Amino acid sequence: MNATTETVAQRTAPPTTPSSPSHRVPASRRRRKRFLLPTLRTVAIVGVVLLFVLPLGWMLMAAFKTNLDIVSPARTFDFTPTLNNFNTVFGAQNFAPFILNSVIVGIGATVIALVLGVPAAYGIARYRIRNATAFVLLARVIPGVSLLIPWYFLFSQVQLVGTYTALILTHIFVTMPLVVAIMVGFFEGLPEELEEAAQIDGSSRVGAFLRVVLPLALPGVATSAILAFIFSWNNFLFALVLSNQDTRTLPVAISNFTSYASVDWGGLMAASVVITIPVMLVALFAQKYVVAGLTAGATKG
Amino acid sequence: MTTTSQTSYLAPKPRRGTGLTTWIDRHLKLVFTAPAIAFVAILIVFPIAYTVFLSFTDSASSVTRPFRFVGLDNYARWLTDFERFWPATGRTAYFTVTALVVELVLGLAIALLLRKTFRGQGLVRVFILLPLVATPVAVGMMWLLIFEPSIGFANVFMKSLGLGPQLWLSGTDTALNTLIFIDVWQWTPMVVLILLAGLSTLPEEPDEAARVDGANAWQRFVHITLPLLMPTIAAAAILRSIDAMKTFDIIYATKGRTGGSNNEAETLNMLAYNESFGNSQYGSAAALLMLFLLFIVIILTALTILRTKGNRA
Repeated sequence: MNATTETVAQRTAPPTTPSSPSHRVPASRRRRKRFLLPTLRTVAIVGVVLLFVLPLGWMLMAAFKTNLDIVSPARTFDFTPTLNNFNTVFGAQNFAPFILNSVIVGIGATVIALVLGVPAAYGIARYRIRNATAFVLLARVIPGVSLLIPWYFLFSQVQLVGTYTALILTHIFVTMPLVVAIMVGFFEGLPEELEEAAQIDGSSRVGAFLRVVLPLALPGVATSAILAFIFSWNNFLFALVLSNQDTRTLPVAISNFTSYASVDWGGLMAASVVITIPVMLVALFAQKYVVAGLTAGATKG
Repeated sequence: MTTTSQTSYLAPKPRRGTGLTTWIDRHLKLVFTAPAIAFVAILIVFPIAYTVFLSFTDSASSVTRPFRFVGLDNYARWLTDFERFWPATGRTAYFTVTALVVELVLGLAIALLLRKTFRGQGLVRVFILLPLVATPVAVGMMWLLIFEPSIGFANVFMKSLGLGPQLWLSGTDTALNTLIFIDVWQWTPMVVLILLAGLSTLPEEPDEAARVDGANAWQRFVHITLPLLMPTIAAAAILRSIDAMKTFDIIYATKGRTGGSNNEAETLNMLAYNESFGNSQYGSAAALLMLFLLFIVIILTALTILRTKGNRA
């Protein structure tokens, strides 16, 4: 850590500052240092990127390999790509319905969370309801299993176990706190004068919210919608208990892959690619929103 | 709605004729928050209360089976259980503390590395975002292959370093550490993003002043950047510790419901899941969850106190 911080700071130091301590070292050493440190920094950055990306690359490559190539170290990079694994995933494993299930549950949980959460966030922000933020934190703190047990009791009584309704309702527990947390911050950042102006112009407060505030808050809505969908898509625990053969979501479908005697590594990696590629593409194209949403609230102290 | 003239705003009360709109306007706070509050009450508050209730009963095997009130029996049994409960508590603590420390140190180093602009900065930030959004179950499967003792890349890598092969996830002694590695891989980017956001809001003047006074990079980091960044680091620590304590997906995906054949990766969350949906011991599982929640709240309170103390200092 020491080395990296030195590197960063050295580069930022203006070389012409007379009081700079680097002036005390001989010119030749200084020149070498000025060349060496940016290089070290580049190496470090490349190292960091490789650390995070290589495993994903490994998964991607294995998805296009035969099981024979996967087990052979000599075939790490030198292999003939095959789509057989994806044929298994969509053929024998019949993954298409699981994708549809994940999409239905994800969209359902996101839309309802927005409908419930965006007005609530506006109320919290404008009327400064302090306890609300504590509640958002509480939703994060509660272990999912402690909700799953009563949910399971409840949904069993009304015969909802295994239905989309149960999955969507439970996934809202994941999506709504996200929406509220992001939108409260967003609404607090919007000047109140705009709504007041709209009200002076004869608009009702609901009208001002719908016609003035909401359009301005669209980037925030987009951020929370994207993140809510990703978190619902990735959620495993609730569907593990509350889904059945027909409503099974992707993470549960993948976890069933390993329950067979011998693991079909190629198929497993292809399935993992199928589930991770959509969220990664979203992250690629909506990077700004995803970063803003993930770090929302954390830096306000 | 739009026909209301300017005079109606100037009048002390809105016009009566607009009916529903007026009512909504008057009770906007309630109308906007009530649906969300109702949802939270029905699907979170009531269920949690029911879990508390179940923790004092012997509810088991089927949700329709009648159950008796057993007082604190479930709690007493867990607190004297040195086979599963205390080892699981120890593993949860070890997992959380180790993962948290590594993620904070590594995350801070990477955030400082990426702080100043460089060519391809946007691309690098996208790359480190990828582990963060990847589906945890799929991440578990990916590492299951990489750490596979006989065919995985991890042991090929060890061999190239001249080191002996490891059992990684399949070893009783190594499984938990390997899982910590996976958690670090997936969630360090989260710490990096939060700290980068924090770093971008820091004022530049103190750093400039120290530089003019001749402080070197390390001194400036320890005495200026680090104290200023402390609230953000504390926020990242709180977020990460909550999630790390509850780690479930990667453990279930790589070690199964019981956390391995010797329960070597069984944390409190895993134990609670296995007790409820594996063994169908709902009352007992509910008591365990209450104890788990108590631990979480204690740690969270301690971290929050540390944070406010740090803010004041």
